[in-house]
Amino acid sequence: MKAWLPPLLTDRLIRLAWLLPLAAVGLFTLISLAPIDPVQAYVGGRTSQIGPEQRDAIAAAWGLDRPAPERFASWLGQLTRGNLGESITFNAPVLQVIAARLPASLALVGLAFALSFVLGTALGLVAGATRGGWPDRVIRTLAVVLAASPGFWVAILLVAVFAIGLGWLPACCATPPGQLATEVTLAERWRHMVLPVATLSVVGIAPLVLHTRQSLVAFLDSPAARHLSTHGATPLRLAFGPGLRHAAGVALTLHLAGAGELFGGSILAEAVFAWPGLGQATVRAATGADAPLLMGIGLATLLFVFMGNLLADIAARLADPRLRTPA
Amino acid sequence: MTDATELTVTLPARSRKIPRQRAKWHGAVALVLLGAVLAGSALLPDGALSVNAAARALPPQPGHLLGTDMLGRDIAARTLAALAQSVQVGLLAAGASTLVAVVLGLAATFGRLADHAVGVLTELALGLPHFVLLIMIAFAMGGGTTGVVVAVALTHWPRLSRVLRHEAQTIAASDYVAISRALGRSRLWVARHHLVPHLVPQILAGFIVIFPHAILHEAGLSFIGLGIEPHLPSIGVMLSESLREIMAGHWWVAAAPGLGLMLVALAFEQFGEALRRLSDPAGGIA
Repeated sequence: MKAWLPPLLTDRLIRLAWLLPLAAVGLFTLISLAPIDPVQAYVGGRTSQIGPEQRDAIAAAWGLDRPAPERFASWLGQLTRGNLGESITFNAPVLQVIAARLPASLALVGLAFALSFVLGTALGLVAGATRGGWPDRVIRTLAVVLAASPGFWVAILLVAVFAIGLGWLPACCATPPGQLATEVTLAERWRHMVLPVATLSVVGIAPLVLHTRQSLVAFLDSPAARHLSTHGATPLRLAFGPGLRHAAGVALTLHLAGAGELFGGSILAEAVFAWPGLGQATVRAATGADAPLLMGIGLATLLFVFMGNLLADIAARLADPRLRTPA
Repeated sequence: MTDATELTVTLPARSRKIPRQRAKWHGAVALVLLGAVLAGSALLPDGALSVNAAARALPPQPGHLLGTDMLGRDIAARTLAALAQSVQVGLLAAGASTLVAVVLGLAATFGRLADHAVGVLTELALGLPHFVLLIMIAFAMGGGTTGVVVAVALTHWPRLSRVLRHEAQTIAASDYVAISRALGRSRLWVARHHLVPHLVPQILAGFIVIFPHAILHEAGLSFIGLGIEPHLPSIGVMLSESLREIMAGHWWVAAAPGLGLMLVALAFEQFGEALRRLSDPAGGIA
C-alpha cells in the first residue's frame, strides 16, 4: 500500500458523500419540474378504457397524490435500502433494468476506451515525431475534423459505407435478429461490435492525440532528447521509446478523466445501432417519461464518472511522484 | 512554461503577428460561413422545402444537387434551412451559457461563501457525463427548442466560468479595486465597472468556443427526439429521419446535413482556438 493512496481515497470518498446526496436532490428537482404526467405516459393509448377513478388509483398506488418533499423523502429512504423504484417503460425494478443493460454498454465503452487509448497515443506520437511534416498535418487535420463531427453522424456514415454499401458488417443490434441468445456464436457477437466500437473509439480521440503530440514535442526539445539524438536516435524511435514513457502518464490521466464522456457518446451510438445497452435505455426513459429509470441512470453515471476521475487521480500520481504530496 | 514565455520575448516582433493574422482569417471564414447560412436560408424560394411526390429519393443530380429524400424534399434546401435553425438555436444557447458563466465566474469574487457555492455547482455540473445531464435538463423542460436552449445554457459554462473566476480574482486583488471598495463602491459596482470591461476578450472568446459545442449537442438532442420539434427542419431531425433511408442505400440523405453541421462547427472551433491562442500563446491545446 502506497502512503499517498489512503489520504486520496478518504478525500474522494468525503467528496462523494456530499456529492451524491446533492446530485440526488438535483436530479429529483429536475425530474419533478418535467411537465409530463407519468400516469398519462403509463396509460398511453388506452385512454378510452381507463377512467378518472382508475387514474386516481394509479396515482395513489405510485404515491403521486402526496406532496413533492414527502415523495423525495420516501424515494431517498428507499434509495438507502438499495431500491431505486420501478421503471415504467420496462415494467421492472430500475436496478434490474440497469444491471441487465450495463454489461452491453460496458463492453462497448470498455473496448472503445482501450482502442482509442492505443490509437490516440500512437497517432499523437507519430504526429509529434514528424512535427511539421505531412503525417503531422494529416493526423492533426483528422483529429480536428473528428472533434467537430457529430458522433452519431460518423456512426451513420460507417453504417452507410461498411454495412449497406460494402455489406461487410451488420448495421444494427448486438445479435442477428430472430436468433435465440444461446444460438449466437462468439464470432457473430464480435462482428456486431465492430462498427459501434469503431464509432466510439474515434469520435472522442482528438484531445488525446493533440495532448500526446504536445507532450512529445516538449520532450523532443528537452536536453535529454537532444542528447539521445546526437547519439543517433531518430525522432520516431525517441517517440516510441522514452517519449512514450514521458507522455503515457498524462495521456492515461486525461483519457480516464474523459471516460464519462465515452458513456455520453455511447448514448448516441446505441441509438444509431439499436444496441441494447444503458444508452438506449436512457433515450427510452427520457422519451417515455420514465422518471424512476432516468434518476437511476443519472446516479449510476455519476458513480461511473466518479470512478473515472478517481482512477485518473491515481494514474496521475503513479506517473508523476511530484503529485503525491498534497499541494 | 517559463521557458516558453522567455522564448516569445526573444522572438522578433514580426512573429507575434502570426497568431493575430490566424485569428483574423479563421474569424473571417467562420463569420462568412455563418452569414452565408443565414442569408441562404432566408433567400430560399417559396416551396423549396415542400414535399414533391414526383421527385422522391433521387440521388445527387442537376436540379437536385444533393439529391432528395423519400418524400421528395430537396436535401440541399432542407440542409440550408436546418443549418440556419441550428445556428440560431446554437447562438441563443451559447449566449445564455456565456451569461451563466459570467455571472458564476464573477460570483466567485463576492466572498468565500459564494465562491464555495459556485465550486459545488461546478462539481455537480461536471459530475454527470455531459450528454446525460443535457438529456436530464431537456427532459425537465419537456423537450423542444426551449429545452435545448436551457439544457445547453446550464451545461456548457464550467470551463469559461473557471477562466473568468481566475482572471476576476486577479483583478479583484489589485490596488485600484481595493481603493474603489474603500471609497464605498459595492461589489456589484466593482464587478460592473472594473471586472467586466477587463474580461470582455475572454468572454467573447469563451462564447466562440462554446458555440460549436452548443450546435453539436443541439443536434444530438434533436437526433434522439428531445430537441427541436420534428416539424421544424433541423440537422438532428434530418439525420434521425435518414436512419431509415440509408438502409435503402440513400446515403446522400445522411451525408449533406452532417457535413454542413461539421463545417460550421469546425470553422468556429478553429476561430475559438485561434482566439484562445492570442491570449495564451504558450498554453495547452485542449
